[in-house]
Amino acid sequence: MKEADLVVIGGGPAGLCAAISAAKSGSKVLIIERNKDFGGQLVKQTHMFFGSEKQYASTRGIDIKEILVNELKMLYENVKVMMDSTVVGMYEDGVITILHKEDNYFKIKPKAIVVATGAFEKYLAFPNNDLPGIYGAGAVQTLMNVYGVKPGKKVLMVGAGNIGLIVSYQLMQAGVEVVAILDAAPKIGGYLVHASKIRRMGVPILTSHTVKEAIGKDCLEKVIVCKVNDKFEQISDTEKEFNVDVMCISVGLTPLNELLSMRGCEMKYVPQLSGSVPVRNDNYETSIENVFVAGDACGIEEASSAMVEGYLAGLCAAAKIGHKSNDYEVKRAEFEKQLYNLRSGPVGQKILIGIEQIVNR
Amino acid sequence: MRIENHPILEFKRKKIIKFTFNGQEVEGYEGETIAAALHAAGVKVLGKSLFSNRPRGFFCAIGNCSSCFMVVNGVPNIKTCVTDLKEGMIVETQEGKGVIK
Repeated sequence: MKEADLVVIGGGPAGLCAAISAAKSGSKVLIIERNKDFGGQLVKQTHMFFGSEKQYASTRGIDIKEILVNELKMLYENVKVMMDSTVVGMYEDGVITILHKEDNYFKIKPKAIVVATGAFEKYLAFPNNDLPGIYGAGAVQTLMNVYGVKPGKKVLMVGAGNIGLIVSYQLMQAGVEVVAILDAAPKIGGYLVHASKIRRMGVPILTSHTVKEAIGKDCLEKVIVCKVNDKFEQISDTEKEFNVDVMCISVGLTPLNELLSMRGCEMKYVPQLSGSVPVRNDNYETSIENVFVAGDACGIEEASSAMVEGYLAGLCAAAKIGHKSNDYEVKRAEFEKQLYNLRSGPVGQKILIGIEQIVNR
Repeated sequence: MRIENHPILEFKRKKIIKFTFNGQEVEGYEGETIAAALHAAGVKVLGKSLFSNRPRGFFCAIGNCSSCFMVVNGVPNIKTCVTDLKEGMIVETQEGKGVIK
């Protein structure tokens, strides 16, 4: 059985930053990534990031990935990577099992683990919601921005949060018509700067609207939408029809952290963090000793905060197994300050209420 | 339906890869996933559901949802949204849960 100091599961923004931070502290790090490339969902983010300079604001997600990977390469003496490898189990004795390239199955027993497995797209219930042509917003981004393939001719976007707005804009950049954006909420959830840009391009944003039904034989052909009242109940005789071949579902994400449940970490359902998340301490350590977590896996937020959480978790995990960096306290305070600033807006307030419920101090 | 002009991205298409979908020859590019190549060729129905035989396409495109399962080179339950295209692959629609030979 292979041994390792610190294993980071997931090479997205949180995982890459955790690995960088731990390796800089002097810990030997192994990153396990199920894809053939690092970056997680950064690889399809063609828009420029918000936040402050420290989280690469005004830099496109695709470029942030390159910056982080290059930084990781500089630390090659302390970092090993295992691509195309999926962690399929985490066990009581500290062993994790890995499936490499679908045919090689083996075990590792690390001293500590940072789980940075990210998130998964939420779904919406309506008749025929399983028709081909109905995709998650992330899938549409992957198709367009990674492979250069148009998802279809005409798109109805469901969800006017930042992802819905940004992906609508990206669809137009790719030359695809967006017929409308719906949101069940009475107000647009995303930044108004994005919404205004899209409205100026002639795309209506229908708030207090939901999907009543999808229609199609083998693939999506038509969507019927209707208005909802303040209890989100459908209002009759308010139906509108859209002849579209694509419906893009962008109704939020939920943490992807089954490995932590499997390992026996104490979990809690926290609506503000968008799902079931691990109870943890200030050091990002879960209820199981030496099992750490970072990024969307411990609560849905922006990639900017996922990166800072990664740096923090990596720093703390390395310290826990005997690689406390000389400037540990300074770095910690700096990262905490960055998170505090990122969470200063109204969305951040919600996140802070969520975090209050899971952090044992 | 491929994107030819994009204000930010440049798609450098690599070698053409030939494969078959339900016996018909289809072309994709090296570095693409099976599902992306099929989508570009206009194929959205990748399989039929387990019990009600309803058409299935991909949903998440990052290997989470299992909606893109197909039979590839005779092996069922291949996540085609994260599996790279290879020359001469035999890709078939999967009906139900598939059979391990």
